[in-house]
Amino acid sequence: MISKKEILETVSMIGKQHLDVRTITMGISLFDCIAATAEQTATKVYDKITTYAKDLVRTGDKIAAMYGIPIVNKRVSVTPISLIGAANNEYLSLARALDRAAMETGIDFIGGYTALVQKKATPFEVAMLRTIPEALATTEKLCSSVNVASTRAGINMDAIAAMGKLIKETAYLTRDRQSIGAAKLVVFANAVEDNPFMAGAFHGTGEGDKVINVGVSGPGVVKTALESIPSGDLSEVCEVIKKTAFKITRVGQLVAQTASKMLDANFGIVDLSLAPTPAVGDSVAHILEEIGLSSVGSCGTTAALALLNDAVKKGGIMASGHVGGLSGAFIPVSEDIGMIHAARKGALTLERLEAMTAVCSVGLDMIAIPGDTPPEVISAMIADEAAIGVVNNKTTAVRVIPAYGKQAGEEVSFGGLLGSAPVMPISTESPARFIARGGRIAAPVHANKN
Amino acid sequence: MKAYITVVGKDKIGIIASVSKLLSDNLINIEDLSQTILQGMFTMIMAVDISAAQKPLDEIAVLLAEEGKRLGMEITIRHADIFNAMHRI
Repeated sequence: MISKKEILETVSMIGKQHLDVRTITMGISLFDCIAATAEQTATKVYDKITTYAKDLVRTGDKIAAMYGIPIVNKRVSVTPISLIGAANNEYLSLARALDRAAMETGIDFIGGYTALVQKKATPFEVAMLRTIPEALATTEKLCSSVNVASTRAGINMDAIAAMGKLIKETAYLTRDRQSIGAAKLVVFANAVEDNPFMAGAFHGTGEGDKVINVGVSGPGVVKTALESIPSGDLSEVCEVIKKTAFKITRVGQLVAQTASKMLDANFGIVDLSLAPTPAVGDSVAHILEEIGLSSVGSCGTTAALALLNDAVKKGGIMASGHVGGLSGAFIPVSEDIGMIHAARKGALTLERLEAMTAVCSVGLDMIAIPGDTPPEVISAMIADEAAIGVVNNKTTAVRVIPAYGKQAGEEVSFGGLLGSAPVMPISTESPARFIARGGRIAAPVHANKN
Repeated sequence: MKAYITVVGKDKIGIIASVSKLLSDNLINIEDLSQTILQGMFTMIMAVDISAAQKPLDEIAVLLAEEGKRLGMEITIRHADIFNAMHRI
């Protein structure tokens, strides 16, 4: 029998502390949609997604009502479109088919306008990459990701040079909407194949036909739990985070199992990530401040974040049969009220954020930078993040928004889960000659494990 | 199938009567009930069996939420599995 205290704890976690399931993401394989013409392929892609994900939103809502927990987003991820479109070397019609399928099924986002070019891009992948700005500018729900590095392959600096330009172009083409296109484009090192979170979700080639991956959330719950031990030592802090992460993840596991059953899909993974939202009381930054920093960005931020990230994993791993995706604490600046506040007052800088990405998931995320930032500077930011990921054997990513026409200190606002953020200053020293060299940075020595 | 109902709000006459009537109309059996005043708020927890109910849980949740609105209380119902998942290994 569940005690009164336990019932009220759950009710309060959901009602007052913003515990929610961030997303149920259905991964769908599109390999069987490749057809003789681009038009036929697009039709098959649309038909398969609208058939498989027909009941995704309704099922998500039903589960939310059953357990009394918000399920914020329902999403679909698909096989990288660079692979599906290669046979006909046509990609934009697939982008539109994906977006139409997303509209038809009522889901929030669809991910997988993706290319995996960590060692070298094929001519088909080069062609696909060039379509990303237009694809993102002419669709509503489509998300795009590109993997440019891995610990085993090293860093593809040619692809990184291209991505700096493509991010700028995407921001320019969506300049009438605060350059929002760039918020739907993420560049990865060590991308994972079962990530339920956007913008980086895609359905890996080693995955099954139809898979359910679930991403949980709950920074507010962790912060509230920590408020009960204002002067406990750091071992106690870890214990409290672990216990809370366990409870949060058990909810994710329950939802994932129920959704897989109801949708007749394989249960893939639960992603343990602590994902903030711009709402008050749903901030990863505020957890770090509860641990003892006057503001996120102060000295000690990286250590506190490392502790948090590790404790979340240790608590969550036992709570789920299969843990995967990105699984860590997210630090998207525009989506976290504490990060926004610290960035506005100058306490949180890009350099500190870069250091933070070495110890958490995932990377420089949802950061607005001046619109006149040269493409090679963006490329060099990506190279830095890729280096951190490749050398440390972890996923890193860059999702920056060069806000067209805006200078450091101005604000951009995307609305919804994407939030708003101050435009952050960035070093104006030039890495142009470094980026122009091109080629590859070799895999690190510890990649050779066999 | 077990579920837990929580009713939270300002105390007034007829809360239990209204909620119980709704449950009985929908063939939901109350197995346990406790009430207390927490931080000045009336807080009631009911353990119920919904196996005989004709309506699915999501529809019952809507009915209870509407009844809550009428009473000026917050009424929720959740499948027991979420509490078991969170609090029992």
